[in-house]
Amino acid sequence: MTGFITRRVLGAIPLLLAVATLIFIVLDLAPGDPAAQYFNPNVPPEVYEQLRRNLGLDQPLGTRYGKWLGSFLTGDFGYSFAQNRPVANVVLDALPNTLLLAVVAIGAMFVVGVLVGVLQAVRQHGWADRILSVIGLFFYSMPSFWLALMLMLVFSLKAHQWGWPIAFPATGITSFDYEFLSPWGKFTDRLSHLVLPATTLTLVLAAGVARYTRGQMLEVIRQDYIRTARAKGLPERTVVLKHALRNSLIPVVTLVGLYLPLLFSGTVFVETIFSWPGMGRVIFDAISQRDAPVIMATSFVFATLVVMGNLLADVLYAVVDPRIRYD
Amino acid sequence: MTEGTLRAAAPPAAPPREGDSQWAIAARRFRRDRLALGGLALVVILSGLAIFAPLAAPYDPIAQHDIVATSLLPPSPAHALGTDLFGRDVLSRIIYGARISLTIGFLAVIISVTLGTLLGAVAGYFGGWADTLVMRFTDTVLAFPRLILLILIVALFHPSVLLIILVLGFTQWPGTARIVRGEVLSLREREFIQAARALGFGRARIILRHIVPNVLGPVIVAATLGIGNTIVLEAGLSFLGLGVQPPMPSWGSMVADGRGNLIGAWWVATFPGLTIVLTVLAFNLVGDGLRDALDPRLRQ
Repeated sequence: MTGFITRRVLGAIPLLLAVATLIFIVLDLAPGDPAAQYFNPNVPPEVYEQLRRNLGLDQPLGTRYGKWLGSFLTGDFGYSFAQNRPVANVVLDALPNTLLLAVVAIGAMFVVGVLVGVLQAVRQHGWADRILSVIGLFFYSMPSFWLALMLMLVFSLKAHQWGWPIAFPATGITSFDYEFLSPWGKFTDRLSHLVLPATTLTLVLAAGVARYTRGQMLEVIRQDYIRTARAKGLPERTVVLKHALRNSLIPVVTLVGLYLPLLFSGTVFVETIFSWPGMGRVIFDAISQRDAPVIMATSFVFATLVVMGNLLADVLYAVVDPRIRYD
Repeated sequence: MTEGTLRAAAPPAAPPREGDSQWAIAARRFRRDRLALGGLALVVILSGLAIFAPLAAPYDPIAQHDIVATSLLPPSPAHALGTDLFGRDVLSRIIYGARISLTIGFLAVIISVTLGTLLGAVAGYFGGWADTLVMRFTDTVLAFPRLILLILIVALFHPSVLLIILVLGFTQWPGTARIVRGEVLSLREREFIQAARALGFGRARIILRHIVPNVLGPVIVAATLGIGNTIVLEAGLSFLGLGVQPPMPSWGSMVADGRGNLIGAWWVATFPGLTIVLTVLAFNLVGDGLRDALDPRLRQ
């Protein structure tokens, strides 16, 4: 097992190097001069040239790549042009917020998706199955940015307007008076801010999980050992929940890896719309401000999270499925 | 999503008649699938609206008229889906927006499917270092959240319709390449391919006459589902202001236009988004129907 994990971790290293190289190439190919932001008609050309030299822009591609990769891998992500502070601080401020949102969304998406999928499989061809299939496909086809706006419109803006007993906050991660709240008040305040962004991500992604779980359950239910379980007189609930569900869940684990890129793409929209101070918003702002060091660092962190998620899914898969040999 | 059948009711398959081609059997199965036919009808209607947009749209999608009098009018008989901040008719803009969304969807998918099939077939048939190279590259592209790669490229190189088509096409292929590679790997060892080899057929003939027709089914399904996916992504880019540029109407940027007046003028953001959902839903229904119809394993 340790050998298997070690080999998978080592295998991820060339992949991450390739990702870093890809980021470097894209940014290098982009038109425009990073030094141009310091350009000013009053600055004489010699000074401007000196500036370019100081930034290392006059050096050949290979040298720049080597230097960049060297400092990148030692954890020196550089200095943000737009925010005037080290990139590492920018990332460290934003990462926990995104992770909180992502973990809650992944958890909720699997719980909802598996529950719906099991219900559909048990009632195959029944009206519940049909209705849930159509609803699922509806959410599956939905752009997350639109769902986010609609949830915000109904459950925050209109809910306030219509005086509903429950209205969720539309923006931010805490309320203005957060510092003055009791510990319990702080907790519920954070929770209420999390509801709409997490629900958006959950609804869009749970539809796919439900679809997959349903397919897996239907395949497992046809197998002989299920017939045996039924034949020896076990109640249907035990057959479904203990015998069928356990084996159906094994391949569902691999969906974690598959859904992470989708989830992080979704956070760009959700964080922008709900003003959630996370990585998705940081990368979007950095791209519009052409803040190259931040763009490189944040996209690399996203790719690392995806690779690590895939790794985790592989290891989990090997743990839960005794048929997989990991030697 | 390549696994799991989506729809609850699989239509009962008619027994295949003697002498029917695989495509005729698939067409017969597809015609029995009511949800898929509904999706197809929706796709046809949308394409018709897009092609005949000047005839179908009640107003000019860009004309602003008297902006004071026509700004943000709620839905009414004169403006079925209301007007936006600049007094432009939302329905007309949705109809013209179909042109751009469908064009980008189809063209990007043609690029990605051609590229994916080619790379997947080469990797699967030749194996060895060609396989390693292609699949490692595929893994690298897949390790990236795709939207972030798209934003990165589009923002750095200034958005234009052509760039968006190219970028969407050139980032969508890994999925198709993986499917095709898998199919080719299993086909390569089948008896009929061995028979073709034993008969002394050349490589080109085996790939073109025997392998490609057999991977076409999954490729068509991937392409149909890919169009829906591409339309959502294009809308997302336009929503962020990195897609189709104003004043050209695009569904994604229309949703973004409605964001500022969400509470006072809900119709500006709601209807274009609903159009995206219905369009993508239609392509997904057709794709799922095709998957069921084209998969011989599902026939009984």
